[in-house]
Amino acid sequence: MQIPPTLLTKIDEAISHYPVSKRSASLPLLHLFQEHFGFISDEAIVWIAQKLELEPINILELVTFYPMFRRAAAGKHHIRICRTLSCAMAGAYELKAKICQTTGLPCDNHANGNHGGPAVSPDGKFSVEFVECLASCGSGPVCMVDDDFYEEVALDDVPKILSKYR
Amino acid sequence: MPAPSTRTPHPRERRIVFANIDRDGYTPDLDCYLANGGYEDLRKAVAMPRADIVAEVKASGLRGRGGAGFSCGTKWGFIKPDETKPVYLICNADESEPGTFKDRYIIHQDPHQLLEGMIISCFALNVHLAYIYIRGEFPEGAKLLEKAITEARAKNFLGPNLLGTGFDLEIYVHRGAGAYICGEETGLIESLEGKRAYPRIKPPFFPAVLGLYQCPTIVNNVETLCNIKHIVRMGGAEYAKIGKPNNTGTRLLCVSGDVQKPGYFEVEVGSITMGELLNDFCGGMKPGRTLKAVIPGGSSAKVLRADERYKIKAKDGDGAMVEKEIGIMDIPMDFDTMAACGSMAGSGGVIVMDDSRDMLWVLNNLNEFYAHESCGQCTPCREGALWMRKITDRMLSGGGAEGDPEVLESVADNIAGKTICAFGEACAWPTQSFVAKFREEFAVRATKPVPQATPPEYLSEALTGGHA
Repeated sequence: MQIPPTLLTKIDEAISHYPVSKRSASLPLLHLFQEHFGFISDEAIVWIAQKLELEPINILELVTFYPMFRRAAAGKHHIRICRTLSCAMAGAYELKAKICQTTGLPCDNHANGNHGGPAVSPDGKFSVEFVECLASCGSGPVCMVDDDFYEEVALDDVPKILSKYR
Repeated sequence: MPAPSTRTPHPRERRIVFANIDRDGYTPDLDCYLANGGYEDLRKAVAMPRADIVAEVKASGLRGRGGAGFSCGTKWGFIKPDETKPVYLICNADESEPGTFKDRYIIHQDPHQLLEGMIISCFALNVHLAYIYIRGEFPEGAKLLEKAITEARAKNFLGPNLLGTGFDLEIYVHRGAGAYICGEETGLIESLEGKRAYPRIKPPFFPAVLGLYQCPTIVNNVETLCNIKHIVRMGGAEYAKIGKPNNTGTRLLCVSGDVQKPGYFEVEVGSITMGELLNDFCGGMKPGRTLKAVIPGGSSAKVLRADERYKIKAKDGDGAMVEKEIGIMDIPMDFDTMAACGSMAGSGGVIVMDDSRDMLWVLNNLNEFYAHESCGQCTPCREGALWMRKITDRMLSGGGAEGDPEVLESVADNIAGKTICAFGEACAWPTQSFVAKFREEFAVRATKPVPQATPPEYLSEALTGGHA
């Protein structure tokens, strides 16, 4: 595992935000690692723990607790679809089926705790995850492709949205 | 985030916190904020004695906008003026209660308003280090807040010796990672300390006494902190004139579900009824549909049935308090009446369901949410939330057994009040209220005979041939 200097700068900057306790920087560091490497590896856990003067279990227990962290790579573009009530009433389940169909992914209902990493489409481009409330209930169904947010997604919009990432 | 569609406020709205939301040409930049009178209230605040700001907040009667509706002034009052330990302030921007989507717009469209409210609060409480805990699913919001902090720091609204007052303050953005429980204030503090977000036992010690790093800590919601800026501008007494006694100020109401025009509205607390909100503001039900049920304050709030009658106390023409019976459409949207109707105003997230909705399906959706989000610390909640989901899931796929509604109720009754944090109540209330209020719908799905616990061939008489 190579930590490039730019990432190291970001890591040190993040740690400086917590002058009282370095341990507080564990979530920010996990975010930085996942953004850079795509997932959290065993090496990453050990590295972060050493950096923050913690035991590896202190980092592993966070990876298994917080739903956003994963232990294996997702697709090149990770799609999150809101599953919770208001979006479900607006058609979130249909939206998920449509996205899975378009990307060639299996459509199991809840990627409940998929810390092992979600299923990836045959071309490696996409992975899909059902997530809980994305706090945009008035404009459902909503989804996120990487950090981009889409509201009131009609089934017919799906191919157009996905084509931006192909 | 794509450009949000601009909406004209409803004539009966009173926009204070949302004054700049959806305004043509308004951007989240500092220049735009300054051109609209930004940071003037901060200048006013830093010229005031600290105790006076706290007194104004107490006089305003502001109640927390995160869900519990606790008095903000009282919370602030727990911080001793002669405190020797460092005091921390955390902005709870972990907006994740299903049905609630107000903070999203403040963070994405008017981040400096939140910062100004926070800086004033930090000054009032003598806080030198503050964090904005923003949920992980708002990456764009986190970037906008970080940019706003950099801009404010460059103009010395923040940082060492801010505005030449000799007061130092640093604010940092801390991103969560998808756990709903981080919205619970002690879970949030644990998470900010770099641990699993297991809520802490309270009482005896609330965060205002032992919070972040075992120091006094104030955790306030985004909307609450924004209101602080307006309280400083207007003065507490003037702010208290907005809304109703004990329910002061404005409220951001978020409506989603089966209405013609879902959306967000800022109104004086209690100035409109449920009926006005759904019909005048949201264009009523979809064509040919009738109202069936409303969840009035985020998914954890108990459901209200459309044909229920509620007994509330109200003032009659002479100002005397009388008991009155009202229907769902006449409930005023305020904290106290909503509590009197057996639910809560909570986070202001109103979820509407029409007669096309299957209440078992709705409850199962919520149960799946709570089963997924239970932090797993307390047994009743960890096991019970999943158990309730398994039952509703089985009922939904046609396997409802006799007595399932009663089992659901007994599981829910054994979670509420038996856990460390309020998640226990939050996950029990939907089941308790849905089963109690739509019993007939649950009963018709619970018809399969229950198999005997021990099959007859394993009973001791059968095994021993009666010679036990």
